[in-house]
Amino acid sequence: MSFTIEGATGPWEIVCGLEVHAQVTSNAKLFSGAATAFGAAPNSQVSFVDAGFPGMLPVINRECVAQAVRTGLGLKAQINLWSRFDRKNYFYADLPQGYQISQYAHPIVGTGAIEIELADGSTKTIGITRLHLEQDAGKSLHDQHPTKSFIDLNRSGVALMEIVSEPDMRSPEEAGAYLTKLRQILRYLGTCDGNMDEGSMRADVNVSVRKAGEAYRTRCEVKNVNSIRFVMQAVEAEARRQIEVWESGGSVDQETRLFDTGRGVTRSMRSKEDAHDYRYFPDPDLPPLVLEAEWVEGLKATLPELPDARRARYVAMGLSPYDAHVLTLEKETAAYFETVAQGRDAKVAANWVTGDLFAAINRTKTSIAEPPVPAEHLGALLDLLANKTLSGTLAKTVFEAMIETGKSPGAIVQERGLRQVTDTGAIERMVDQVLEANADKVAEYRAGKEKLFGFFVGQVMKAMQGKGNPALVNEVVKKKLG
Amino acid sequence: MHPTDFTLRGAIEALNEGLLTSVELTQAHLDAITALNPRLNAYVTVTAEQALAQAKASDARRAAGVAGPLEGVPLAIKDLFCTAGVRTTAGSRILDNFIPPYESTVSGNLLRDGAVFLGKVNLDEFAMGSSNTTSAFGPVENPWSRANDPDTRLVPGGSSGGSAAAVAARLALGATATDTGGSIRQPAAFCGIAGIKPTYGRCSRFGIVAFASSLDQAGPVARTVEDCAILLRSMAGFDPKDSTSADVPVPDFAAACARGVKGLRIGVPKEYRLEGTPPEIEALWEQGLAWLREQGAETVEISLPHTKYALPTYYIVAPAEASSNLARYDGVRFGRREKGADLKDLYERTRAAGFGAEVRRRIMIGTYVLSAGYYDAYYLKAQKIRALIKRDFDQAFANVDAIVTPATPSAAFGMDEKQDDPVTMYLNDVFTVTANLAGLPGLSVPSGLDAQGLPLGLQVIGRAFDEETVFAVGNAIEQAADFTALPRLRAGA
Repeated sequence: MSFTIEGATGPWEIVCGLEVHAQVTSNAKLFSGAATAFGAAPNSQVSFVDAGFPGMLPVINRECVAQAVRTGLGLKAQINLWSRFDRKNYFYADLPQGYQISQYAHPIVGTGAIEIELADGSTKTIGITRLHLEQDAGKSLHDQHPTKSFIDLNRSGVALMEIVSEPDMRSPEEAGAYLTKLRQILRYLGTCDGNMDEGSMRADVNVSVRKAGEAYRTRCEVKNVNSIRFVMQAVEAEARRQIEVWESGGSVDQETRLFDTGRGVTRSMRSKEDAHDYRYFPDPDLPPLVLEAEWVEGLKATLPELPDARRARYVAMGLSPYDAHVLTLEKETAAYFETVAQGRDAKVAANWVTGDLFAAINRTKTSIAEPPVPAEHLGALLDLLANKTLSGTLAKTVFEAMIETGKSPGAIVQERGLRQVTDTGAIERMVDQVLEANADKVAEYRAGKEKLFGFFVGQVMKAMQGKGNPALVNEVVKKKLG
Repeated sequence: MHPTDFTLRGAIEALNEGLLTSVELTQAHLDAITALNPRLNAYVTVTAEQALAQAKASDARRAAGVAGPLEGVPLAIKDLFCTAGVRTTAGSRILDNFIPPYESTVSGNLLRDGAVFLGKVNLDEFAMGSSNTTSAFGPVENPWSRANDPDTRLVPGGSSGGSAAAVAARLALGATATDTGGSIRQPAAFCGIAGIKPTYGRCSRFGIVAFASSLDQAGPVARTVEDCAILLRSMAGFDPKDSTSADVPVPDFAAACARGVKGLRIGVPKEYRLEGTPPEIEALWEQGLAWLREQGAETVEISLPHTKYALPTYYIVAPAEASSNLARYDGVRFGRREKGADLKDLYERTRAAGFGAEVRRRIMIGTYVLSAGYYDAYYLKAQKIRALIKRDFDQAFANVDAIVTPATPSAAFGMDEKQDDPVTMYLNDVFTVTANLAGLPGLSVPSGLDAQGLPLGLQVIGRAFDEETVFAVGNAIEQAADFTALPRLRAGA
């Protein structure tokens, strides 16, 4: 299924690549021991290194390097055992050193790939060009004072992974699916929390358009887009703008643009002519970063199971591809499901999680991280179903009670006497009463109106307050009507 | 004997024997500073009260039987080393109000070993210069003067001009210094004292205001080779706060001084015989080699073929790194700030007012050589030549144990001389920059006087992390030279 935008001169194809800045999950910054927690008071997490004081020197944080390598492994990418840090020089008030330490010429991670899933069920492979480590800058606050700008250096020096894709995406949907999948992988790996609203993940979107079969035309970069929805909107808005330029006889200039989320359009930030000369050169304060192959192997051996592998395993366990997909979208959902399914029927567990549990989460406005029913309790409920203590109907009743009370299913069954009746004698007595009371309907049934069978079963269940074992009730009704 | 006349080792012995206290020794130096510093301008900041308090505490430690290796020894600290609570200027107006809240690792190591700090000594602005005339706090005067022209004031060399002048004039027993292209060895030679730039990575750069990170290295200046060895042992050592610091053991350098040179092979690089070198310096070089042969060393001619490219290479690499290292002096977080209409205006006014002409020149050169379109032709090419220069030395050291050369192409010159053309000034570093580019240890030893009675030095270059051989060779030259001449301006004179 190919996506095109219809212009006055015919269909146009979108070409899109993303540069994602993902904040490394770590306790300390890339080159200093300062903390990285989100939401701290301004300038409360700043070391003299982060503030660029005289004589201060960067020292690489080993954990940040490990996180980058884990991410590289998760993207099935080449890990470069030799990489190097360069200085990207420019002046700005929130860049204390006057340069950003980044990996320009020799990144720690090389080419890799991500498989994305699209709405029509198809998949597509998006190439990863590279991943490199770099420092974040601080934050300029221009809205705090009529004439002054404030600077918060808490982010200054925080470790970022810049993950660059190949220009392999051809539609807003693919861009959205790529970002979704990348975020899912990062969260599974625990290398980035992926919280775009907190700025832990942001994307620069490269867009160009072309006619079928053409080489690439000039691209524009839309900077710092901070949600998946906005990325999809920005791709389309920028593509439409470029088509208009081309079709009105103009040509697209290579430039950096911003996405105006309010108006849904991109606007120019700076042109190629104004582009900085960053004067990259190897940072003389940092020797090349050399990794030992065994160390990388060690990280590989302890890598958590990734979404694709987990989905395949769920399908092998008997789940539908759709359920497997839904259950692996979030790491927490998969973990919940695995607790429920542990030692139980996986399909039944999947049905309850994707059905009753998801509905309950929506209804109670909770989340899988703080679920309305603990996974252990839901598992226990499935045990009561399996050993026929509860019927399906009863189980739903108990489940509701579990949400309301927070109690375990065992306790609820005990308290409310909801145990299902499997005593054949009791069921037979009840069936006899029901058939006796509905003699006319029994006659109709015997005359051939067989759909009345359900009526008799329903009457028996009702009389037994839902506690009758449905299979047994069916069996007995059938025998008595015989 | 005046207390300021002690060598550093002599002072330690005198303190150990109870012949005087650290307070007495420190007070004698403070008095000498009061008397001579107004003329010499070696000290930018004198911390008299703190020095006496440190001396008192030191005497108490010694009385309690816990004396460190430098217990009670008064030193001067180059104003490029950050000292907690004491203004650190780097010789620049842009830092004239900067009081660091932290201590450099090297100065911290000296304090750990019991040293007393007399104050901060002058230097070329951001260590950029060879005459100590670029300091925002005025030039330093060399305590030596020409015999037949005593009124011409001479430069002490640079950038560690304050360190060398203070030690030569006996305003300190020793001083910290730094060397990026010759900034320890050239002023030491000009002031008739010893100074060593150790192997790159031997001393931590943490807390030292950076000039050119891949070349900067801290080291001591003192009046004898052995005193330098004693100081270096305290200054050196692995520091996890500096990623380029070497995790290697620190040997007893002073013990190595007495090793002798018997059986050592001394390299004499033919490319260091430069046209225009004064005959006195050529003669001193020959004399130095003869002394070493007399003590059992063998001298052999070697070739360092890329020597002629060293100076231009240095003047690309050093300004390139400096242009980036000095970007942080922007008036935003510390130091001088000039008001501006907007951020760019603030930057431009602050940096125009804060940096002197030589610093501005090097920032411009460095910015130029890193620019798009010029990077390959300048910076990248310079890095390639730097690798070749290093390889020259590797090949030479396969065959010799140390290399001996002149330290400088001339003796100290007048304050008004060589100031018109920056390139003439840059030529001062011709014998010293190679050791920085190759990361090797280089020691300057006072070895003789020129016809004007000015000191001349010889340089000993060694293998990486083999300062011990360098000290042994330097000590042998020093013993043979029996350098007893004294500067005219000195304490106790």
